[in-house]
Amino acid sequence: MTWLSFALLFWGLAWFVNYRLAISSYRKTRAARIFVPVLFGITLLVLWEGLVRGLGVSPVILPPPSDVGTAFVQSSGILWEDFKQTVFKGALTGFVIGCAAAFACSVAIDRSAFLTRGLLPIGNFAAALPIVGIAPILVSWFGFDWHSKAAVVVVMVFFPILVNTVQGLREADAMQRDLMRTYAAGYWQTLWKLRLPAAMPFVFNGLKIATTLALIGAIVAEYFGSPTRGMGFRISTGVGSLSIDLVWAEIAVAALAGTVFYGLVAAAEKAVTFWHPSQRG
Amino acid sequence: MKNLVPILVVLAAIVALWYAAVAPMNIRISLDQAERAGQVVTPETSRERRETSVWVLMASNPGAISGGYALERPRLPTPGQVGQELWKTTGEMVAKGRAFSKRSLIYHAGITLKSTLWGFLLGTTLGILAAVAIVYSRVADMSLMPWAIISQTIPIVALAPMIIVVSSQLGIEGRGVPKAVISAYLCYFPVLVGMVKGLRSPSLPQLDLLKTYNASGAQGFFKLRLPSSVPYLFTSLKVGIAAALVGTIVGELPTGAVSGLGARILIGDQFGTPLAIWAALLAAAILAGLLVTLLDMLQRLALRRMGLNA
Repeated sequence: MTWLSFALLFWGLAWFVNYRLAISSYRKTRAARIFVPVLFGITLLVLWEGLVRGLGVSPVILPPPSDVGTAFVQSSGILWEDFKQTVFKGALTGFVIGCAAAFACSVAIDRSAFLTRGLLPIGNFAAALPIVGIAPILVSWFGFDWHSKAAVVVVMVFFPILVNTVQGLREADAMQRDLMRTYAAGYWQTLWKLRLPAAMPFVFNGLKIATTLALIGAIVAEYFGSPTRGMGFRISTGVGSLSIDLVWAEIAVAALAGTVFYGLVAAAEKAVTFWHPSQRG
Repeated sequence: MKNLVPILVVLAAIVALWYAAVAPMNIRISLDQAERAGQVVTPETSRERRETSVWVLMASNPGAISGGYALERPRLPTPGQVGQELWKTTGEMVAKGRAFSKRSLIYHAGITLKSTLWGFLLGTTLGILAAVAIVYSRVADMSLMPWAIISQTIPIVALAPMIIVVSSQLGIEGRGVPKAVISAYLCYFPVLVGMVKGLRSPSLPQLDLLKTYNASGAQGFFKLRLPSSVPYLFTSLKVGIAAALVGTIVGELPTGAVSGLGARILIGDQFGTPLAIWAALLAAAILAGLLVTLLDMLQRLALRRMGLNA
């Protein structure tokens, strides 16, 4: 009972603090912008802990966050091993290959207006398809190790980046291209100095979508067969063997990896497209 | 419609490439079969063949290439084979009057569609409610929005098995609910972002005008903010329904489901019938296309009725 009332009390207090902060004159400051969501997140964790302990939920169904934290510390060796296998070897390799391929393709396609008109609708359609479904096929083609995971990631990230880059390359307007022509700039000079920089906001849009897809692809592919390590492998076997706190620790790693990966891409976007109106606010 | 010719040309090129790729992909299986049938193949044993590249194999056994196009369990089926398999599990079943038997893809597509639509409904409702809260309450804006973004960077598939375990422990029968939860998780975000943008799209003069009319908050919401968010809503609904379908299929894939398109893919993998996997994939693609097109038509219709030209 004490757990429950403590959690509810904390919820009320945190909500009050956030409410006061949001209407106070500090709300525009950087500290408040970080503090408010962080307090909200902590409140969720406290509520989770309090509800699970207070209502006596079996840890097989939902372990409290403190147990997950303990499992995280105790099995950090296993988690690191899985992280290397899934994120570094599977997701990142696939992400880099897929992005490079899609980028090269879109620069090539862009030279032909005919191809652009034909491929954009198809690419848009393909980006909406449930491509994860090809995971079992690629696993049977490339074997159980990280190569098949990287292949799944390549296919998944290809279309969002292709579509966004092709669209971005059309972004530089006629006046700007004319200006480059009056400078006697060639195709490559125009591409390098005008059109690629102008395309960057779109490219990063695609990259940000691709970060999430990369992790999803790498983990799903592991459900169809993997060596005895990897986050997807650990989650699917952990659910079977009821080591639920390890599964949740693995989920926490996945969440953390996804957030950091996204944050890195967003930071790179900020550095590259500092001139764009959306970054100046 | 001026894009029709380029699209068809590109599609034809993709199909041609696919047919060309079938030969090297299937040559090894084709040679194994030819050897078992007693024909002479060079290199003679399958161990030697494993060391040889597919191009050399194709050059030294030109007669076996055609065999690769008619395998029962190919590594890469031809588009024709996939189409035939799809027809066998849909059109033929309908002709036999067994459209909803468990071997028919229509039945499985129906299961997937049901979960997708429930998830879509749940996710859209959640997204719209959260967007209204964010637009009207500063606390919600400051505390919810960052977590909404973070929630999308978390790979949901990591959570999928857990959602299914928890819901079965809670005594929820079947897989409909957990699948709908997963697809709602994937589809609420585009709706949330689009609706926040849409509800904030009325300009200051428009809001001021309503104030001079002495309009109440509810009137301002229903007569100005909601109507002006409709174009944004439909655009994000199209993204949302595609995401919901992905979520349902992801929910069916890793968890031993027995019905639904994702389960067909899983079963095809376990029983080594690649044609079943490809047919289910094609069916999923068709389903996605139909859903998005349907919403697109609804969007045009709604915007025309509202006097907005889209």
